[in-house]
Amino acid sequence: MRPDAAIDALKVQLPDVDFAPRPLLEMQDKSQEQMCICVPPDRLIEVMTFLKSDPRCAFEQLCDLTCVDYLNFPKATDRYGVTYSLLSLSKEHRLWVKCFANDPAPEVPSVVGVWKGADWLEREVWDLFGVKFIGHPDLRRIMTWEGFKAHPLRKDYPLIGRGEREDFERVVRESA
Amino acid sequence: MTTASPSTVEYSGATYAPEEPGGDVWVLNLGPQHPATHTTLRHVLELDGERVLSCVVHIGYLHSGFEKLGEHLNYNQYVVVTERMNYISPQANNIAWHHACEKLFGIELTPRCKVIRTIIAELSRIQDHLLNVGAAGLDLGGFTAFIYPFNAREPIYDLLEEISGARFHNSYTRVGGLMQDITPGWPAKVKDYCLKTLPKALHDLEKLLTRNRIFIERTKGIGYLSREDAVEWGWTGPLARASGVRRDLRKDEPYLCYADNWDGKGSSAVQFKVPISTGGDCYARYLVRLAEMHEAAKIILQLVDNIPPGPVDVLPDGKITLPPKDEVYFSIEGLIHHFEQIMTNRGFQPPVGEVYGANETANGELGFYIASDGGNCAYRARCRPPSLINYQVFEKLVVGHQISDVIAVLSSMNIIAAELDR
Repeated sequence: MRPDAAIDALKVQLPDVDFAPRPLLEMQDKSQEQMCICVPPDRLIEVMTFLKSDPRCAFEQLCDLTCVDYLNFPKATDRYGVTYSLLSLSKEHRLWVKCFANDPAPEVPSVVGVWKGADWLEREVWDLFGVKFIGHPDLRRIMTWEGFKAHPLRKDYPLIGRGEREDFERVVRESA
Repeated sequence: MTTASPSTVEYSGATYAPEEPGGDVWVLNLGPQHPATHTTLRHVLELDGERVLSCVVHIGYLHSGFEKLGEHLNYNQYVVVTERMNYISPQANNIAWHHACEKLFGIELTPRCKVIRTIIAELSRIQDHLLNVGAAGLDLGGFTAFIYPFNAREPIYDLLEEISGARFHNSYTRVGGLMQDITPGWPAKVKDYCLKTLPKALHDLEKLLTRNRIFIERTKGIGYLSREDAVEWGWTGPLARASGVRRDLRKDEPYLCYADNWDGKGSSAVQFKVPISTGGDCYARYLVRLAEMHEAAKIILQLVDNIPPGPVDVLPDGKITLPPKDEVYFSIEGLIHHFEQIMTNRGFQPPVGEVYGANETANGELGFYIASDGGNCAYRARCRPPSLINYQVFEKLVVGHQISDVIAVLSSMNIIAAELDR
């Protein structure tokens, strides 16, 4: 179901923000389209809190949180698009929220205070994309090891890696 | 073993404070290689005697960059990687991946393909739940309860081997269709399995566990999570339904044969019930999975007798599926179609955009978020892994319980580390 009522409610609540609602993918059947809005990082917590608590929106669950690196993507202007996939169990609709960040220090506010389930997902995005979540209680690497320097899902990171697996100190009989 | 300071911990109403503040608190490292964790997980447990004061989970031991690979393999090649995520029910991953791909390409599958995919999806649900409920007994010391359901998984491998040639990792789906059609005798064998082998195994299992006093005392009230917390932490699938969340993508966002009018001729959706429990503990999860297997068998029996005739692939006009081999070898058009599909500078031509497609698999909502720049491979192939999102509350679930209950909670959550880390 399209979350048109939720987007309308959001527009009325925050008229000064341009959400630029658009479908993720243009489809022939408009009712099947998945809607996406863009939110600037400084308004993110305000918008997310409203989306969760307002009865017309009622997005109780953070279904997924991920990131897309838009380096060299057609017509893209920003680099990192942190993508929140919201789900309302009572209204049975979904909404995608994008929050863009850019080099050299990509950061967006953390939504752990809004949905607890964002905890590990934000750690994963930090680990693999290097987008910092300001206000996250425990922003450690989750998939790679501590001391790993790169962020491997960035588009400028090569598929075969940069030799990190050979970086370990060599253990020989004398040093063991 | 190191000592740490005792602390008071609180979650979901369960409070535990050590009786003697000066008592010995010690740290136990459970994993990453341990038979009871089934997969490669590491828990650092802070213990007072046998009680768990706190738990810290370390994951990532099996991180293999599946999502990075998804950006370098085309939409058909990547299916081989998706099934390595959840190797207990690999077919469900194949179907979920291609469900998202077909949303991107805007393909409507043929009725025959939909029916076969639905049957396979339900077989994989049975396969997954059989292992999990069996392991629930195994982890609590009941080895017999593991053998009966595990034995019943074997015929499913045989069935899948017959249609795909592979026992474990089938890679049976393709964008817009299947690798090949089913064999003529296959539906009868599936029916035989659902009518004879499975009910007998489930009956044996129920007699062993469902009213077994030791099993109930080890699982009831253990690892409780309330409905509100289950929603808040993003739980889906049997875990959420055992906590009372009414949510099943097969009903709420129907796809394949779970949707009405799936064949374009007005056929109604398959009939089944969604088992829900309000228990919220390990025992409730066991019961929900058990009931789901019965319902899955019902779904298969509704479909297996009248699989519609016709092709399994959408026609190759849209240059999505490979043409049949007869055409490739004996006609010039077929050969051109084939080459246009598989040459590296041609291949798939999806629209530019992003799409999210999700299926209800045995572990919960398995979704794929595909960003496409119009090229042969996905620009970003994000998997929404149910294991990862279900597992992050584990640290809170085991606090206050005994150390042996940690294993009970872990086995009730059915964590697959390959999907957890990808």
